[in-house]
Formats: sequence, C-alpha cells, structure tokens
Amino acid sequence: MAGHAEEKLLNLTLRVWRQKDRADKGRFETYKEEARGISTDMSFLEMLDVVNERLIKSGREPIAFDNDCREGICGQCGVVIDGAPHGPRRATTTCQLHMRSFTDGAELTVEPWRAAAFPVVKDLIVDRGAFDRVVAAGGFVSVNTGNAPEANGLPVPKQDSDLAMDAAACIGCGACVAACPNASAMLFVSAKAQHLNLLPQGQPERDSRSLAMLDQAQAEGFGSCTLHAECEAACPKEISIKFIARTNRDYARAAARKPR
Amino acid sequence: MELNSKVPSGPLAEKWTRHKFDMKLVNPANKRKYKVIVVGSGLAGASAAASLAELGYQVSCFCFQDSPRRAHSIAAQGGINAAKNYPNDGDSVQRLFYDTIKGGDYRSREANVYRLAEVSVNIIDQCVAQGVPFAREYGGLLANRSFGGAQVSRTFYARGQTGQQLLLGAYQALERQIGLGKVRMHVRHEMQQLVVIDGKARGIVVRDLETGAVESHAADAVVLATGGYGTVFHLATCAKGTNGTAIWRAYKKGAAFANPCYTQIHPTCIPVTGDHQSKLTLMSESLRNDGRVWVPKRRGDDRPPNQIPRDERDYYLERKYPAFGNLAARDVTSRAAKEVCDEGRGVGASGRGVYLDFADAIGRLGENAIRERYGNLFDMYERITDENPYKTPMRIYPASHYTMGGLWVDYNLMSTVEGLFVLGEANFSDHGANRLGASALMQGLADGYFVAPYTIGDYFGAVRTFEKAETDRPEFKAAEAEVAERTKRLLGIQGDRTPDDFHRELGHVMWDLCGMSRNEEGLKKALAQLPELRREFWRGVRVPGTGAELNQSLEKAGRVADLIELGELLCLDALERRESCGAHFREEFQTPDHEARRDDERFCHVAAWEYKGEDSPPVRHVEPLNFENAHLQTRSYK
Repeated sequence: MAGHAEEKLLNLTLRVWRQKDRADKGRFETYKEEARGISTDMSFLEMLDVVNERLIKSGREPIAFDNDCREGICGQCGVVIDGAPHGPRRATTTCQLHMRSFTDGAELTVEPWRAAAFPVVKDLIVDRGAFDRVVAAGGFVSVNTGNAPEANGLPVPKQDSDLAMDAAACIGCGACVAACPNASAMLFVSAKAQHLNLLPQGQPERDSRSLAMLDQAQAEGFGSCTLHAECEAACPKEISIKFIARTNRDYARAAARKPR
Repeated sequence: MELNSKVPSGPLAEKWTRHKFDMKLVNPANKRKYKVIVVGSGLAGASAAASLAELGYQVSCFCFQDSPRRAHSIAAQGGINAAKNYPNDGDSVQRLFYDTIKGGDYRSREANVYRLAEVSVNIIDQCVAQGVPFAREYGGLLANRSFGGAQVSRTFYARGQTGQQLLLGAYQALERQIGLGKVRMHVRHEMQQLVVIDGKARGIVVRDLETGAVESHAADAVVLATGGYGTVFHLATCAKGTNGTAIWRAYKKGAAFANPCYTQIHPTCIPVTGDHQSKLTLMSESLRNDGRVWVPKRRGDDRPPNQIPRDERDYYLERKYPAFGNLAARDVTSRAAKEVCDEGRGVGASGRGVYLDFADAIGRLGENAIRERYGNLFDMYERITDENPYKTPMRIYPASHYTMGGLWVDYNLMSTVEGLFVLGEANFSDHGANRLGASALMQGLADGYFVAPYTIGDYFGAVRTFEKAETDRPEFKAAEAEVAERTKRLLGIQGDRTPDDFHRELGHVMWDLCGMSRNEEGLKKALAQLPELRREFWRGVRVPGTGAELNQSLEKAGRVADLIELGELLCLDALERRESCGAHFREEFQTPDHEARRDDERFCHVAAWEYKGEDSPPVRHVEPLNFENAHLQTRSYK
C-alpha cells in the first residue's frame, strides 16, 4: 500500500512509574519480557494493554493508566514518555501515538503528569479536578436553559468565531501543565477563557470570568506563567500561546476596572 | 407489565404544547426539597443535571470518568440537526419529523419524534447563547451542511468536533451549577445498583472507583443518561469505558429493555489491523458529502487504487442508489459495503474495506477547501494508518457505533419503574430501527434540556409527598451487600483469562452472528454460545488486586459480565423479530434486490423485555406503533 510502512515487531524496555495510591512514595519498575513483540501498528495505549495482559496472566498487578475515547478527543489519557508529555510526536495524544514512532530496542521511561496541583492517584493516573474547579469559577456564560434568544439574532464575524473555536479545541488533558517548568496551567486557563471572551455571548462576564478563572488557578497551586512556551509545543491540539497574551490583557483590564 | 406510552391526545403538532400546559407544577419553594440523581454526564446527563439545578432541584451527578467533560458525546464529529431552515431549502419541523420516522424505518413513536423535531430549534438557540462556536458564514450567520440520509442542509457543526463543543457547552452549564453549590458532582464513581422502594426508584449504590468504597445515595427520582451498549461488539467506535451496566442493573430491577436488537453499524470507520486492536475509529459521515465510495469491479484486484482505471471501479452506492448516492442511510451503506467485501472485492490487507476517495472533490475544489472542511479528520486518519488521504483514497469499513435500543420509556421519558427516567442513547425512544446522522446529539440535548426538566417536575407534582428515603433503609443495605458480594466473587475466581480476553470473545460471537446481518441459524448458535461464555467467565476470569483500591481490571470484569448477559438478550430480540427493518437485517426477510423487507402486519411494534429472574427466560411485551401522520411506506433511497 502506497506510503504505508510495513508492520514490524519491536522489543522494548519500559521503565514505568508505579505508585499504589496517593500516599505511596512510588518508584520505577522495569519491564522487558512483557514488552517484547510489540507491533508498530499498535497505539501506545494498546502496547500498554498488551503489557497489562501479560502482567495479569503472570499474577502481577497491571499498570493503571487513564484513557477512554482512544481517538484523541476526550483528553482523559496522557503520560510522559521520555520526558515529553504525550510522547515524541507533535499534535498527538498518547492514544493516537503509534508504536511506529519508536525503534526496536528502545528503552522508554513512562511517567504520570508531574505537578503539585495534579496529585498522583495511582501509577500513571493523576487527579485533574483542579481544571474542573477553574471552569466552575467562571468558565461559562450564565444562561439558563430556556433563556436563549434566536440563534441568528446576533451575527458573529467568522474570524472571531474561528478564533474562539481554535481556543475551544482544548481537550483539557493537562499536557500543558506537565510540560511547563513552573507547572503553570496558563495555556489551559487561557484557552477556556478566550473561547468565551472572544465571542459576543461572552462579553457581559468577560471581566469577572478572567479574574475568577486565573485566581482559581493560582489557588489550586498551579505555577505562574513565564512564557517558556513549552506548553504550546506539548499541546496535542496545538493551542497557541497567543491566547495567553490575550488573557493577560483581559486580566489586567478587568483588575483595573474592578470597582474598589 | 403494562406499557402505557402516555402519549397525549390531540393533533400531533399540538401534543407537546398541550402536555406542558397540563403538567403539574412544583412551586419554587418546594423544588429545593426534591432530590434528583443523574447518572452520566454526557450531552443528556450534563444538560439535564444543569437544567434541573437551574430550576432549583437538589441534584447529584455521577460519572465514571475523571471529569464530566470526558463523556463520549465528546467524540461526535459531524454535527447536530435542527429544523431551522436557514438555508431556505424547504426544511421544516414536519420534514425533520418525517425524515426521522422514515430513517428509523417506521419503528419509532410518532409523538416522541415530532417533539424531538420541534425542540431541535431551541437546542441551537441554547447552544449559541452558551458560546458554542458553530461554523459561520462570512456574514456572521450560522452555516449548515447536509448529512447522510437527508436531502436538506439542516446540520449545524463546529469543524469536525461538534460533539466536543456541544458537550463543553453542557459541561460549562453543569460546572456553573457545581460552582454555585446546586449540583454535587461525583467523578470516578460507577453505578452498581438501582434501589427501588415501594415500586419507586429511590436511589443508587455506587462504587468509588478510586477507593473502592461502596456508597448509597438516595433521591426522589433517578435519571439514567449512561449511553448505549455498542461495546457488546467489543470493537466499536465507543469509548473504552462505554458500558451497559447501569441500564442492565435497572433492567434487572424492573425496567423493561426495548428493542435491544436495533444496533447501528456505522459505515465509515477505519478498518481493523490486528488482534491488539482495542477500538475502532470513526471517520465522520460528513466525509460522504465529498468522498466517493468504490471498490474494484473485479474480485481480487490488488493493484494500488491510483492504478485502477475509472471504468474498472464500481461506485456501488451511486450505482445502486442514484437519488442519494454516497449519502444513503447508514444501515443501507454499511450493508452495501459488507456485500461487496463478501463478494471478494474488498480492499486492504484484510479484504474488509472499501475506498472513500476524495480525488474528484480535490480536483473540483482544491486541496485547501477539503483541508478546511475535513483537515482534522484527514490528520487523524494519517496518524492511525500512516497513509495520506489527500494522495491515496481512505479505506473504510463499518463498525458498531450506536444503539437505538435501550430502556423502554413513555412519552415522559419514564421507564417501567416509577421515578426512573432514561435519557439520550440509554433509552429507546426516538430513532426507531435506525438513527440518522447528526440526530444523536439532537436527541441527547432535547431530552436533557427541554424534556426531562418538565416531565420530572410533573412527576414530583403528581406524586406530591415522598416519604424521605434514607440510605439506612434495608433496601439500600441489601443493594450494598449485593455489590460487595459480587466484587468478592469476581476477585475470588482467580482463573486464567483476563476480562479483556472474554470481552474479545464476546465481540467475535456478536459481530459474526448478530452483526450487520443476522439469520435464524446464526442467532440460535449465538444463543447457545453466550450462556456457555457466561459460565466460562464466572469460572475462568482473573481479576488481580483487591476491591478496596483503584482496580481497573475489576471495573472491566464487572462491565464485561453485564455485556455478556446483555448480548444474550440482544440475540433473543433479534431472533424474535422475524422481519428486517432499519439496522436489523434478517437475511430471511429481504427483497429480491437485497433490501430490508419489513413486516408491518406482525412487527409494527416496540418489543420490550421484562426480566423474570436468573432462572426464567425474559418475557417479551409489545407496544403497538400507530402511524397517523407519517404513512407506512417502503423506505427507498433510490
């Protein structure tokens, strides 16, 4: 088939972070026998499935990892592979990363997202509840069901709508936080805030939203943004850091206008 | 068991309006006294939880994922239908109603479908007000496109991520209520049991998936919005966590299960590559707007697609269905693909695939126009297959995608258990024997935003006084004990096969014997194999670890055990429905040119199954379907 690399089998060595629960200190464990004969057609998570089947059959505990849709949209999966959130391939979630991105004999280090605001729950699973609380603080338009005016009553310039959609494409996976040396959530918060701040529907609450979301992110223990831009490079949806600039401006404007 | 659809009287177009007027109201001061449990946080669950909380009810919402935003509604790509008629191409509520009835092959309830079409316009208004960034035209107004099974452009979309954007709208509304303290959200919790007290649904027992703790939650009404059971086929476009557990447990507590055999096989998915495959990925059906489906005319023609001359290609959909061409309904398109592959004309290494070719559209519109429309889908395809679809045609094959069957509900979306409401894909109500593209999102949001918030209020208003249900009641304790016992049993078997291994075997049986086409012999074979598989599961499954921790094998084992049982009911329903309709294709019942042959004399009804206990077969009940407005016709896409 034109352009299709032939299926090959890889023998890998995996160093995987194992941690029993939130209280456990955790450690790396190495798997070699279990990671032999891995097809290049598998996704990274299918490779972990195979390793887990082998672990279960030999009476050991499988590696816990989060995943659900396995088509790159739910944002539930994500591990750090050799220091890179979601692995080496650009614009790709872990579930969409295929083993053809790796070479035979490779030794891979697999870890959970590392950030104080994302405590490890077990093995490669972290608690990203902080993201939900940031949204609950202001990431919405306050419109009750039934309140809505006719949809075409308010035209939205296509370029504004497209830009809002660029921000709204965020899947909330947390790779931006894992990639940031400060463990800042600024790319996530900005994507969520700008999706709404860029639209006319989002204007009435633009100030309160910007203040509330950023303040909540700080309260959750995410670090400050110092524009390393590692987040943009790691983002599987290629969300641009230009949204961070807009959010900083919105925050400053809102703070200045806030009644004292 | 009585199946009273409670469809209001009066002309079709006035039923819902009249019904809303006739409903009992709950005054604002009393609303906060009622508790509602919502299980599931997809489009139907999140929109219902948010809307009920906005009205003032106390709401608790549960999902098994780590955030309500992950629910699988998020993966819907193509769009959402609404009868706005913005393109001025002749659409109307009446036409959307009619298309949905026809698409469902005259096996859905008229009144429900009409209401769905009616509220479809409100959904778009609501979503736009929430800030859903639908595609727009240069003038700033909303854009529409056409979609499989329809001749008008009534589909609203947000690039190839419509489900994501609609779910984020509902999720944001839900998070707002969580922030206001009106909804208590329980993530990483899975429903294990429904608690029925004095004939009414009064709560659930859940397992905290992080700690393993078994907890009871009491309420005055329970809403299940837990999606479909497409993973009964193992390989499906569903998320890995998609399962039938909540509806299956409710079925065992008295909720009738309607039309389980109506399962939709989506025509455009990426074909299977090997045994390691964990799921199948959908390529949005919107691709059929510009892609042309073909296979070589000659069997065994293994030349690369670009070297097969045009006159040696069979554009079989255009040939067989000239009026709809590549846009024929999903079930018709899926079966046509199976047919050409069965003839040995399939493409790709496995021979189970057909081409979806964009060369003509790229020639006509340019690569950029195609990239603008489908860029993210093309990228996804390339990532998975390592082939560039701008240069070489995509290979696609049908896969399990959606289940029209589900718990039986009346016009108020209440099941046969009083106080148990079922929304979205989890119920059976609106799509008959086949769902049209871009209609699942519409139904999920219609149920959650615009139907259940009214009908649940009516239920509270009519029942009025609820004895307070406390979780220390014996019914809760008994349910907790059942859950603990089952966990203990699963952990104690220590056999030699993994839960995934059983799931794969279940999938093979279901796909081979009860998949895109079915026959009596195969179904009887499946009905012999599945009980054996169930026994083998309870003898041979291996679940490591304990119940008092995060244990993904235990979660899987519980879900697979339920899916095996559900698969059996599915096959039984398929066997008893001795006709072909929509997605249910019985080989014995087809026209000379291989189209589905309905039997309106004997099967113009809903089949709803009642659970009769472990040792007795379930009982099949019937709700007749009356068509007063859409007249029964043979569905044709020619």
